[in-house]
Formats: sequence, structure tokens, C-alpha cells
Amino acid sequence: MVLAAEPQPGSILYQVEASQARARTVFRLKFAAVWVVLIGLLLVGLYATGNIDTAFIAEWGPFILLGAPITVLLSVVSIILATGLAIVGSVARLSRNPYINGVASLYVSLVRGTPLLVQIFFIYFALPQFGVVIASIPAGIMALSFNYGAYMTEIFRAGIQAVPRGQREAAQALGMPERMVMRRIVLPQAFRIVIPAIGNDFVAMIKDSALVSTIAVQELLWRSETVGTRFFRTLEALIIAAAIYWMLTIVFSWAQERLERRMARGDR
Amino acid sequence: MTESTMPESTMPEEPLRHPIKAPHLGEPVVRAIGIEKYYGRNHVLRGMDMEVRRGEAVMLIGRSGSGKTTFLRCVNFLEEPTIGSIEIDGVRVAADPLHARSREHLEQIRQIRIRSGMVFQEFNLFPHMSVLQNLIAAPTKVLGVSHAEAVERAEGYLGKVGLAEKRDEYPARLSGGQKQRVAIARALCMEPKVLLFDEPTSALDPELIGEVLNVMEGLAHEGSTMIVVTHELHFAREAADRVVFLEEGRIIEEGPPEKMLDNPDDDRTRQFLRRFLASPRASES
Repeated sequence: MVLAAEPQPGSILYQVEASQARARTVFRLKFAAVWVVLIGLLLVGLYATGNIDTAFIAEWGPFILLGAPITVLLSVVSIILATGLAIVGSVARLSRNPYINGVASLYVSLVRGTPLLVQIFFIYFALPQFGVVIASIPAGIMALSFNYGAYMTEIFRAGIQAVPRGQREAAQALGMPERMVMRRIVLPQAFRIVIPAIGNDFVAMIKDSALVSTIAVQELLWRSETVGTRFFRTLEALIIAAAIYWMLTIVFSWAQERLERRMARGDR
Repeated sequence: MTESTMPESTMPEEPLRHPIKAPHLGEPVVRAIGIEKYYGRNHVLRGMDMEVRRGEAVMLIGRSGSGKTTFLRCVNFLEEPTIGSIEIDGVRVAADPLHARSREHLEQIRQIRIRSGMVFQEFNLFPHMSVLQNLIAAPTKVLGVSHAEAVERAEGYLGKVGLAEKRDEYPARLSGGQKQRVAIARALCMEPKVLLFDEPTSALDPELIGEVLNVMEGLAHEGSTMIVVTHELHFAREAADRVVFLEEGRIIEEGPPEKMLDNPDDDRTRQFLRRFLASPRASES
């Protein structure tokens, strides 16, 4: 590759680069303006109806906000457990042993074929009938992990299958036993392939974790609903909750994007 | 399907054999006996016998689809032969056509893989590991060599392929020729009894082929035992002790390179060479 010298002002390359930079800046400014104007209009519109109780927001906002750490904690713990389930599940789904494969397939089918809300209720409300009583937070984590574990099993399976066959063959040709081939060669590469998908699922889980408000886990939505209904200020309470969810997903999506970009750069 | 183009009756009952009389060769290291391979009902290898002696460099040539790569992959059971057996350095594995897959069978396969090193057309370096990690992974984890000794070995072989300074690079930062040389060093680190090369230069840009062939030629002249599937006839002439011509899953003719490349006995070998030398690919190299 031959790099041109630093373009001198007045040269055509200088003008081309300057105009491209200008076009990029103008695009960004207009893009930001659209967001600011639309969100501003929405807030002004809501305020103009005269129905918004700012005192309520000031008083109960912090209480609702305290649900955010619980939401994040639920999601982080659940995504970690789900990842573990997915690693085991995906290896099992690719197993040539019909029993192992059968169990894993049944798990995926059952979980993906029923609503998450039903699974949450089952663990929290139905299991006690067998004498199994699980506190709300562990029950919520269990339900979310099981549910996401099943979806992620399929993602991991695709990731494992995306590792080129030659990688496995090279490891086998070196005399590595099957387990070692999987653990040292295939899984690390599959993991890199699925990291973006895990990030997506994490952001999705932050939102899906709202469903565990139904079993009295005191996360964001539960807090918002509780104070909203008590003071007949559902609108304000929901706006606060929605805004916090939105901020959380923006922050984590941004973090995920950065992680992905860093991995792409390190992709050797 | 091979059946339609070559009637069974014209094939010789036994493949032609030319006894090799080369004094520098040692005892047999590899024995392939009666190897046959079916893909479904497609009879790809139709009975191949081969014995490779210590220090011998055997080059397999033939049209694409003649079964040379399949045969090579049968030698370390990356492709399971349907019938026949392979013996490397005293470890014998018989075909397991019904896939009983007993523990001993799998362990025997692993044992012949430990005793043979393979170099692939597509290099297949592990992209998530540095060059050094690629080289020491199997010696430490499979052979149980100490880390220090594996590193020493790795550095030695990296130097031998001329890439000592690349030990901490990742494969993506290497050229194709460098990758393939690292792959050769990785195979050497296991100190195998035989090296298996599967068209090692076919995925390389023409200007990078030479550096890989040089390394391989060096190995051949030093007395490494090797079986090479190749289209590089010049290389075969320089480095081979024996050239084997395959067609339709059988050995048609074999012998020393001068004889095989200049004055083969069989019409099919002659025809292959004529066509091959006339093709644009051959004139490139």
C-alpha cells in the first residue's frame, strides 16, 4: 500500500478530505437534532396536558431508580447461568449419544415452546405444590436462566458449527482426544463467534426481567407499579421506569458495541 | 461414479509393484493394507496397499478425484477406511465399518495420530493461539512434555522453518507461506514417525510456494519419512524417493521419480503427465 503524503491545503485531495469530513459532521448534527427535537416535543406535549405530577416524580423517582441495580443484578446473574447452560446444552445437542442429545433437545423444545411468564409462574407458584418453595429472587433468576439458556443453546450450537471443520481435524491429527479438541480448540473459537449474540441477549434480558415483577421481585417495574397504583400516578411511574430501562439498554448496547469493535480489532 | 468410465475387467488384479532398492531406507514405518473406502455406494478407494520405510519420501500424484487425498486421510483415520488396516510404528488399527467405536479402537486411532503429523492444504493453524501456543499445545497436553522442553522444541523447529522471530505472532498476521511453515513446525513438534502432507501448496499464491517446498525438500533430504499428495512435479523429482500414480482409487504404477516422470510404463500415467504438463497450472510453477 502506498500512502500519499499529508495533503497540502488547496490540493484536490485536501479538498476531498475536507468535504467528506464536513459531510460527516453535518450528518451527525442533523441526526442529533432529530432526537433532541422529538424527545423534547414528547416531554413538552406530556407536560402541556397538565396531567404530569412533577412533585410525584421528584419524590418517588429515587425509589423506582433503586430497582435498577436489582434489574441489572438479576440480568447479570441470569446471563452468566444461561451461558453455562448453553455451553453444556449446545455440546449435548451436538452429541452422538441419543440419550444426551434427546435430553438437551427436549429442554430446548420445552422452554422455547412455552411463554417465559408461564415458566416464571410455574417455578414460583406451581412448584410449592410439590413442596418446593423458592424465594422470589432465586425463582426469577432460575426462570430467566432456564429460558435464555435454551435460546442460547441454539446460538452456541450454531457457533460451534461455524468453527471450520479443519480446526477440529488439525487438533485430532495432533492426537488430542475428543474432549480436549472441544475444550481447547472448538469452544474458544465458538465463544468468540457468539459474543455479539450474548450481548444482544443480555440487553433483551434486561427488558424481559420486568416479567419477574409478577412474582414480587422488587425490581424496576415492580417498584414503578407499586407506587404508581398506590398514588394513582401510573403514567409518571411508568415513564420513569421506561426511561430507566431505556438508559440501561443504551449504556449496555454501547458497551457491547465497544467490546465487539475491540474484538474485531484483535481478531487475528 | 468410477464404475461407468472404467470397466472392472481392464483393471489389474494386483497393483503393479516396483520394489524399491534404496540403501538409506530403514525398516517399514507405515503399512497400509487393503484400504478401501466407500462414500455411500461410491467406491473411492478400491484396494490400496502401501509400505513406507523410515527415511522414505513418497509422493502421491494423480488427477483430482483419483483418491490420493482420501487415501492420505485414511492413513491417520481422519477419513475412516471402510475396509483394511493401517499400521504406523507398530500400532495397528483395522477399519471399523460398522462403527462399533470401541474405546480401544478410538485409543488406537489416537496412537497412530500421535505417531504421524499432518500438514493440511488450508494450514488449519489455531487462530486463537499465538504461534508458540500452536506449537506447544499438543506436545504438552497430549505427550505430557514439560512446558520448558516443549518451548525449547518449538523454538528449534521454528528456527528450522526460518520463522524464529514469529513465535509470539498470531496466525492472522502471517502470510500463507509463513502459516504453512508454522504448520509444518507444529507437526514436527510432535516428533512424529511420518509426516503426511495434503497438497500443502495448493492454497498458496504462486510466489509463496517456493518457501514451503524448500522446507519440505530440506526435510526429505534430512531423512524425514513422509507421504505427500502434490501437484508439484518438479518438487517430486527433487525430493521424492518414490512416486506413486493413482487413478480411480488404485495404485496404477510406482517407482523412482526419474522413471515415473520421464519414462513411465503405464499408458494412463503417460496420459496424465502429458495432460498435466500441458495445463497452464504446471507451466506456472
